[in-house]
Amino acid sequence: MVVTERGASRRVERTQPEAPDNNPARPPGVEAPTRAWWNESARTTAAAYVFLSPWLLGFFGITVLPMLASLVLSFTNFSGSFARMEWVGLDNYRIMFTVDPAYWGSVRVTLLYVLVSVPVMLAFALAVAALLNKGIRALGLYRTVFYIPSLLGGSVAIAVLWRFVWGESGLLNGVLSLVGVEGRSWIGNPDTALITIMVLNVWTFGSPMIIFLAGLRQVPVSLYEAAALDGAGRRARFWYVTMPSISPVVLFNGILAIIGGFQAFTQVYVVSGGTGGPAGSTLFYTLLLYQRAFTELRFGYASAMAWVLLAAIAAVTAVVFASGRFWVHYGEGEER
Amino acid sequence: MSSATSARRPRSTAGHAAQRTLIHVALVSAAFVMSYPLLWMTTSAFRPSEQVLIEDSLWVSNPTLENFVHGWTSVAQTSFGTFFANSLIISVLAVVGNVTSCALAAYAFARLPFRGRKIWFALMIGTIMLPYHVLLIPQYLLFNSLGWVDTFLPLVVPRFLATEAFFVFLLVQFFRLVPKDLVDAARIDGCGHARIFAQIMVPLAVPALATTAAFSFIWSWNDFLNPLIYLTSQANYTVPIGLALFVDASGTSNYGGLFAMSLLSLLPVIGFFLAFQRLLLDGISTTGMK
Repeated sequence: MVVTERGASRRVERTQPEAPDNNPARPPGVEAPTRAWWNESARTTAAAYVFLSPWLLGFFGITVLPMLASLVLSFTNFSGSFARMEWVGLDNYRIMFTVDPAYWGSVRVTLLYVLVSVPVMLAFALAVAALLNKGIRALGLYRTVFYIPSLLGGSVAIAVLWRFVWGESGLLNGVLSLVGVEGRSWIGNPDTALITIMVLNVWTFGSPMIIFLAGLRQVPVSLYEAAALDGAGRRARFWYVTMPSISPVVLFNGILAIIGGFQAFTQVYVVSGGTGGPAGSTLFYTLLLYQRAFTELRFGYASAMAWVLLAAIAAVTAVVFASGRFWVHYGEGEER
Repeated sequence: MSSATSARRPRSTAGHAAQRTLIHVALVSAAFVMSYPLLWMTTSAFRPSEQVLIEDSLWVSNPTLENFVHGWTSVAQTSFGTFFANSLIISVLAVVGNVTSCALAAYAFARLPFRGRKIWFALMIGTIMLPYHVLLIPQYLLFNSLGWVDTFLPLVVPRFLATEAFFVFLLVQFFRLVPKDLVDAARIDGCGHARIFAQIMVPLAVPALATTAAFSFIWSWNDFLNPLIYLTSQANYTVPIGLALFVDASGTSNYGGLFAMSLLSLLPVIGFFLAFQRLLLDGISTTGMK
């Protein structure tokens, strides 16, 4: 605001002859007629839209319009040719919920994955962050080593590696045989294949860990001192000082991990060779959507699946946010 | 607390030291277990191919580079040189696109008090939560109708339209910190928005721009879904798609080559990370990027 007003008065000086000060109460030398101010504001707005133009084009062109298009498509049987496209009403949704044999399986797999791997990952992230926050040496080195998997976790190379770690004659079984445990193909077995993908997600706990670390550093030392004076032990201090203080960070990390978890794709695709096998045990929702759209060309149906995914993510996120009322504490001294 | 009796002090210091050691032992073991697969892949890439599945330790008895030689040309018709070149072109363009378009948008959101700013900003933040799969099919149809399938355009053009809202958010946070006095002084000297942006904001936001650049590169380099959908001819494949093709093609034979190429594919990511480490970790702390 100060910026615009100063700019305005500069303009006014130049245009003084045409814009006489008609406010007798104004002290001399301070002039800000409303019209000039409006001009400046309009100029700012115009400049803003110029700066925003690439974003606006992207926002409407490849975000909002595609979203609406996808909603419309979800009520059609579109399969690549607009000439043969028919309006099918809610049929795609009905088929999805009652006919498609793979659908509920993919919902189960995805929910299981999110429900198990997200809390475990966050617990790991918080535990390691709490250890790192004790003022230990080589903090930078630890941070780097724990963070690197987050950076690589989404790559094909790591998914390839995972096949060799959890395979029949893989690394894990080699290590297990050292302690006399008979291994098996963890990836080839429908009971354990999903677990390998969950472990891959937990393996990337470095990113929430960094965020937790930043959060832990902001917990005021005075709170710990007060708690210690009141006789709180280590465990009590963690549950009654640390946890409430960083609960906003837990919420933030949780939301991010949930949204990411619902959209997991690369690892499952590569580990299962694009099939979601064995026996559909790693057929994630996104993988089924990909298959329906890009191998079967059922674009209308896949669009309906995408909208259900959007609704599910929105609902889960909303519930988690709402639950924050009961466990998230926004402290007085904290920013944001 | 420092007034502990001399009888107690040695014991508590010893206990303290013991606790420190215990923490380090826990952290080092966790780090070792986590890194072991990566280290194993690294050393396996230098083993003769037939030993890859047999050897579980990190020891390499007779190191060789033959995996890199064989792996490089192991995918029929196209060498990994082509895949790396394609990935590099796409990732560099993605960096340029993200940095410019996101910085422009961020400047407007952070420093220009225009009408409707709050609504636009909220909409922009909202797109962070939008699952990509909702846009996938219509975007594909759009780019297909433009004749862009099997070109790099669908992978690059969206980056020039500031669609990665995370980066806009990061840069907004940064631009807001630029002192107002600096901007006011420039305005009094007659600077317009373009010059304020180019000569004050951009130089001062170099750390945030570098973070944006590094993450753009890494995300684009690792991206699998988009190249999988849009690139159809093998000569246009990126490294991740080439690797996936290698997995399918190699069946049970050339593990060494596969490991060597996987390792090579990770090197640019690790390199970028180590070069920009501090900035990236700070960037994550402020916005929660992966």
